[in-house]
Amino acid sequence: MINIEIDGKQIQTENGSTVIEAAHQAGIEIPHFCYHKKLSIAANCRMCLVQVEKAPKPLPACATPVTEGMKVFTHSEQAVKAQKGVMEFLLINHPLDCPICDQGGECMLQDISVGYGGGHSRYHEEKRVVLAKDLGPLVSAEEMSRCINCTRCVRFGQEIAGQMELGQAFRSEHAEIMSFVSGSVNSELSGNMIDLCPVGALTSKPFRYKARSWELSRRRSVSAHDSLGSNLAVQTKNNRVLRVLPIENEDINECWLSDKDRFAYEGLNTADRLTKPMIKQDGKWQEVEWQVALEYAANGLRHIANGAGAEQVGALATANSTLEELYLLQKLMRGIGSDNVDFRLRQSDFSSDGKQQGAPWLGMSVSDIGRADRLLIVGSFLRKDHPLLAARIRRAAKSGAQVNIVHSADDDLLMNVAHKAIVAPDALVETLTQVSKALAAEKQGQSTGGDAGAIARSLAGGERVAVLLGNFAQQHPQAAQLQALAQQISALSNGKFGFLVEAANSVGGHLVQATPGAKGLNAAAMLATPRKAYVLLNVEAELDCADPQQAMAAMQAADMVIAMSAYKHHATEYADVLLPVAPFSETSGTFVSAEGRVQSFKGAVKPLGEVRPAWKVLRVLGNLLKVDGFDQDTSEAVRDEAMKGVDVPARLNNAIGGVEARAASAASGLQRVADVPIYATDAVVRRSAPLQATADAAIPQAWMHGDELKKLGVQSGAVVKVSQGQGSVQLFAAADDKLPKGVVRVAAGHAATASLGAMFGTISVERA
Amino acid sequence: MLSQQITTLIDKELKKYPADQRQSAVMAALRFVQDEKGWIAPADMTDIADYLGMQQMAVYEVATFYHMYNLKPMGRHTLTVCTNLSCQLCGSGDTLAHIHKRLGIGLGEVTPDGKYGLREGECMGACVDAPLLTINNKKMCGRLTSEKIDQILAELDKQ
Repeated sequence: MINIEIDGKQIQTENGSTVIEAAHQAGIEIPHFCYHKKLSIAANCRMCLVQVEKAPKPLPACATPVTEGMKVFTHSEQAVKAQKGVMEFLLINHPLDCPICDQGGECMLQDISVGYGGGHSRYHEEKRVVLAKDLGPLVSAEEMSRCINCTRCVRFGQEIAGQMELGQAFRSEHAEIMSFVSGSVNSELSGNMIDLCPVGALTSKPFRYKARSWELSRRRSVSAHDSLGSNLAVQTKNNRVLRVLPIENEDINECWLSDKDRFAYEGLNTADRLTKPMIKQDGKWQEVEWQVALEYAANGLRHIANGAGAEQVGALATANSTLEELYLLQKLMRGIGSDNVDFRLRQSDFSSDGKQQGAPWLGMSVSDIGRADRLLIVGSFLRKDHPLLAARIRRAAKSGAQVNIVHSADDDLLMNVAHKAIVAPDALVETLTQVSKALAAEKQGQSTGGDAGAIARSLAGGERVAVLLGNFAQQHPQAAQLQALAQQISALSNGKFGFLVEAANSVGGHLVQATPGAKGLNAAAMLATPRKAYVLLNVEAELDCADPQQAMAAMQAADMVIAMSAYKHHATEYADVLLPVAPFSETSGTFVSAEGRVQSFKGAVKPLGEVRPAWKVLRVLGNLLKVDGFDQDTSEAVRDEAMKGVDVPARLNNAIGGVEARAASAASGLQRVADVPIYATDAVVRRSAPLQATADAAIPQAWMHGDELKKLGVQSGAVVKVSQGQGSVQLFAAADDKLPKGVVRVAAGHAATASLGAMFGTISVERA
Repeated sequence: MLSQQITTLIDKELKKYPADQRQSAVMAALRFVQDEKGWIAPADMTDIADYLGMQQMAVYEVATFYHMYNLKPMGRHTLTVCTNLSCQLCGSGDTLAHIHKRLGIGLGEVTPDGKYGLREGECMGACVDAPLLTINNKKMCGRLTSEKIDQILAELDKQ
């Protein structure tokens, strides 16, 4: 620690910090544009010039390291003169079109020019014009003349997103921010550039001209789209969500937000929103009153439970339903005597049930991941499944952590990967077994060759090892074995292991036991042995389940399907009752994030039309079915009841016993590798038009190794017929030589592939 | 694709820098491409980026920053006439006018046969010889007069 003085105030600060950091710590504001605490120092805007004793000229506070006894003056005559001079220069070419600028009211340039700018300009010459750029559907760069060339967006791309999609081309007065050959910005984190831009050069395209910032009210919320639990500021006007921004939380999302969290709100008020309860009579859908629909649903359930038996009723929910909803759903099911309730819709191996000691979770805190020095990531489409965790790991890799990958696809993670083993899905267990053996041998001082040996050596050399199982590993048909192997590997390397949990409330679902007990059926079994009645909570059967063919067959065969949904989706084909329930923005609720953080939120807007929060609908259903304990008045009461006596840290436990790793028998033919594309994960993002217009939402293709294409005798770009079970679809073939041989990568969760079968297993491809 | 000659030259250049600093060779690499093709197309920048393990945009930043890289086809002989102060005082305007009279092209233009291109240059640090021009950034010709320009063009015509 060293002592410095800023504006006469004595400050103790860390050696190596800069003047601007010390000032901010002490609550002294220094005007700045290009400086950002999460980005490297550029010192190119010169706005933060301050006077330093004994320095002949003003110095930029962002790039001046503190020294013992330094005396800084941020408001002395010299400092203010310098700051005003810089401000005048910055405004020379700025169009000053604040009245029609989306940034107006939340603009750093506007704010600082109030403090340091002149009342009128001394510049009478022509201003420079910078042409608009098309950066894709999310980021608007229509008014690049507003740009003050601070390069925050460029540094964000290089340092956080891992790819330099924007750069500053040309020089001096001709310098402009642009993309290479007018390409679009495709990063899954691109929306953060909008927040970073201190002026109105980069603005949100979906939000463009929708409202002025001061007209919006702001509600705290929690992301419903991945398991990180990012903190959101949902901004609304006239009972409509118009924008979503991050709320800074250093332990979770820092000051960032993934595009998925930021732009998903555009899917909230689409034309296919279900706003009135509906029942199907004589094959025709009719809008009815809530009372009628609920009684119809309750009677149907009672009839089947009393007639065919309660075990003929099954309940399926998505893992981004709230804690309250999942709790009441399982309570309702158990109240009518059925143990069939599950939210793990894309999981295919349930053999860990009963052997796993607690709720599967991250196994460490999110910030622990950033501090790990050796990582092994198994079966994860990391960048797309967990965009902000990937950014954290990217930063760790930059500061020297070694990232090792075992997976069935080799997407560019935009970070240094130390070692990787890319194998077909049925070889994952074998590969991890080899890593585990090599690691044990490494402990004895014996070195093993190959990828597994290299990964083992990397892990053995670490002090803070993290072994993480991704969504692909959790959905894998040998998920329990992968878990047992990960446990073994982390024990051998004195590390921690955990799951990069799939959805916003997967951990919460486990905590409130929205999973079947010993006599109940899990999600896969409920669909494999069709039930007579299903209760669906937010589920789109053909998109959210591991095996859409099986799921749709079960739905179509059922006597009664009660679909609680925010949207009129395919359920109109198979359901009997549609109950309009609120998406996360219209209900209060709670999500438990991957690291076990319990976060409650309030509804940002009132429910649309006659929509009701799902917890209320479930409560009334409970009353109608005369189940005890359905008299909660608020969602908080439901939460308190659900979490009563639940010691969250004690319940989170990944330890698993009694699972033996057995290599799968070699599959014949091609195996499917299925990712759930980033903008296909849940009902809301699937309906967000701007997200669906991005490159990441392109129609799935059949990706294969070039040799496989040759074997089939097709060219990349040709149409092929991809079949599984009785279903087939026509897709474009595409070459990806980084894929292992013997696999076809066909995305799941997308309408174009919804008539295919399970996410894992054999798949056939032929020339169309 | 970068030609064998270019990659050989880049490899030689790379020996001057630490192994993990391959991007240090970007300026030289751009120069080699321009020497061979006369200009640097976006596809060439992509190739250079791949070869040096850089981001495409970073190559583009360098290529657009420096004036002497041609970002469009410029003719087999590109004449770069300095128009900075010393040259201007010594008659670079006359130089440009004479070239325009002889070749029919102005600044930034190329003759229809693709033989000559004309660019505006910044101070070349040889004001003692003002006014001056360079041929393909390699050969400098100073103390220009109409006769001397005719002589230069006659010589280039022979090549």
